[in-house]
Amino acid sequence: MSEFLQQLLNGLSLGAIYALIALGYTMVYGVLRFINFAHSDVFMVGAFIGYYAGKLVPAGTIWGGLTVLAAAMLGCAVLGMTIERLAYRPLRGAPTLNVLITAIGVSLLLEYTGQVFFGAAPRNFPALFPVKNFAVGGLVVSSNQLLVIAVALGLMVGLQLIVYHTRIGTAMRAVSLNPKAAVLMGVNIDVVISFTFGLGSALAAAGGILYALNYPSIDPLMGVMPGLKAFVAAILGGIGNIPGAALGGLVLGTVETFVSGSPWSTYKDAIAFAILIIILLFRPAGLLGRFTVEKV
Amino acid sequence: MLKVTDLSVSYGAISAVSGISFTIEQGSIVTLIGGNGAGKTTTLRTISGLLRPRAGRIEFLGEDLTRLAPHQIVARGLCHVPEGRMIFSNLTVDENLTMGAYLQTDPARIARNRDYVFSVFPRLQERIRQMAGTLSGGEQQMLAISRALMGSPKFLLLDEPSLGIAPRLISTIFEKIVEINRDHGITILLVEQNANLALEVSRHAYVLETGRIVMQGESRQLRADPQLRATYLGG
Ligand SMILES: Nc1ncnc2c1ncn2[C@@H]1O[C@H](COP(=O)(O)OP(=O)(O)OP(=O)(O)O)[C@@H](O)[C@H]1O
Ligand SMILES: [Mg+2]
Repeated sequence: MSEFLQQLLNGLSLGAIYALIALGYTMVYGVLRFINFAHSDVFMVGAFIGYYAGKLVPAGTIWGGLTVLAAAMLGCAVLGMTIERLAYRPLRGAPTLNVLITAIGVSLLLEYTGQVFFGAAPRNFPALFPVKNFAVGGLVVSSNQLLVIAVALGLMVGLQLIVYHTRIGTAMRAVSLNPKAAVLMGVNIDVVISFTFGLGSALAAAGGILYALNYPSIDPLMGVMPGLKAFVAAILGGIGNIPGAALGGLVLGTVETFVSGSPWSTYKDAIAFAILIIILLFRPAGLLGRFTVEKV
Repeated sequence: MLKVTDLSVSYGAISAVSGISFTIEQGSIVTLIGGNGAGKTTTLRTISGLLRPRAGRIEFLGEDLTRLAPHQIVARGLCHVPEGRMIFSNLTVDENLTMGAYLQTDPARIARNRDYVFSVFPRLQERIRQMAGTLSGGEQQMLAISRALMGSPKFLLLDEPSLGIAPRLISTIFEKIVEINRDHGITILLVEQNANLALEVSRHAYVLETGRIVMQGESRQLRADPQLRATYLGG
């Protein structure tokens, strides 16, 4: 039983990171109907900003850790908005395939520029926050796991408030429901898309820091696998659906953790993806997604 | 109030509107009629900034609109009820109205607009919690007009409000259009294929054929014009 709870805790904290990344995929899909493949590299840049900013504050303090987290989120928000402005906005209205290919190009650009600047060798990520293990019942709970869950939860609540209780959030929903109609209501679509990229990238940066704290080695290609899984999580939850992305991330992280704790651990990725395929066979629109007939 | 001069619009190499000019006076209802593909929708979309003209000028209250983005044009009081209605079908009637008030910042004014909309279309108030996609075609058109009214328009662009609506409801909607114009002095540019009705409610009319204005005048007089009757009013 305690073994089960332990794995569940591990799984949820991994899943919370996938969820943070998945939110960015799903939000951008919501307003632009395309998959931003460079998103996983924004996650990587977030971790690297954390690495360098971490040198400027005393390690192992809460305020230092939070400052670094905020710096990475801000830095990546600017990066995400810049990518949108320079790479995607000129292609607005172009066929989706062109934009997808551009996104892959941006992704490669970030990965290889990262290798030039940061070097290809993995580096150890500093312990930004105080680290402590608690024994609760038979469970070992690390402060980092609690941190992941607390930060992810806080950010998701914040996101929910932004999306449902602010003007810009209202505009985001309007654009994702019907961009043409949103424009006629007076929504400035450029601002909404830019904001969405900023928001999604900030969440990815937080994911990057939390990931690096728990798997403390970072390199310019570190975003590839978590990014792929978060993308899968977004599809699993129903692409374009915000609560769906959060749920998809948690489900995927949990499944992956349970499989890695089992005799079939070598197949953990294969099994995670097999589950995805099975779920999508039965619910093609994802767990929370709904196929809607779009009226013109 | 609105002055369009030598407006030309094309989609790539295809010219859809070729050098049209017209003016609309404050407080009037003016109609633009013409058959399929005449360029009516293109004209409206260009006025509201969704399309950029190839040439020409659009002046609203003395200001050139052709350089402005759509949201800036809405902010100046020009609201567009698009062809096919484009309501937010996954939102409730209430939420659709809220979206219509997106640029409105004064809560008292939003409340007044909402009351007004419900006085014009009481049916919508009964269906306020209903998903907009489940409304009937006529109700969706009422919602689309109401949503535009939530933006406190000075000028309303209506693109084929009779499209796909039962004949009984069409006359109701046209009565409401006249009422909106009369109550609040909102100027209306009405695009229609249903020339009979459009000429009945409007003061002035322009007839568009393959991107050119081929006839214009007082609606009353056009209704009696034999040539127009033959082409658009079924003899
Ligand atoms: N997106 C587009 N791309 C290319 N051509 C277009 C596009 N939209 C319209 N056209 C063309 O422009 C011309 C004018 O179209 P428009 O939609 O303005 O006509 P309309 O008068 O509104 O017709 P209807 O009464 O059928 O709505 C048509 O020949 C049409 O084929
Ligand atoms: Mg049309």
